[in-house]
Amino acid sequence: MSMTAIEIEELILKTFPDAKIIIDDLRGDGDHYAAQIISEKFRGKTRVQQHQMVYNAMDGKMGKELHALALNTSAPKD
Amino acid sequence: MEQNTKEKIENIIKNNEILLFMKGTPVMPQCGFSAAVVGVLSHMGVKFNSVNVLEDAEIREGIKEYSDWPTIPQLYVKNEFVGGCDIIREMHENGELTEYFSQAGINT
Repeated sequence: MSMTAIEIEELILKTFPDAKIIIDDLRGDGDHYAAQIISEKFRGKTRVQQHQMVYNAMDGKMGKELHALALNTSAPKD
Repeated sequence: MEQNTKEKIENIIKNNEILLFMKGTPVMPQCGFSAAVVGVLSHMGVKFNSVNVLEDAEIREGIKEYSDWPTIPQLYVKNEFVGGCDIIREMHENGELTEYFSQAGINT
């Protein structure tokens, strides 16, 4: 089972319409990605909370269709 | 999640100051991400206990619901969920993890 970078981006944009997203395919197997996401929605949240928000935006696919999504999240610099 | 699974998880987290839910064991990790966290903790000289989720399917799924975190590994320090592989790696690289442990009264 796997996902494409575009599918991941579309899912993230549904929850974070303002997000700037960079997705790296770590292994080319459609199962291991890294994503850098910048969104105003992360402001004031802890890193764990930010990542939980992203994982919850993945429509239950995290840990199933998608084995790994290494995250780097932040709010926009002022 | 079954009530007894939840209690099993709560008890083991409560009774272990530093606890890593991982795939495999520290000596024989069965997943690169689990091995990476074992590597960070060993590099820092931190003593920790671990749970091999591959040996207990209920804990393997229950821990994800318990922490609202969909993947393994998961690190707990004094009952608090600290993070998975990329958070622990990021905290280690920027010195936050050393700070976190010293605030929790744990020598590194």
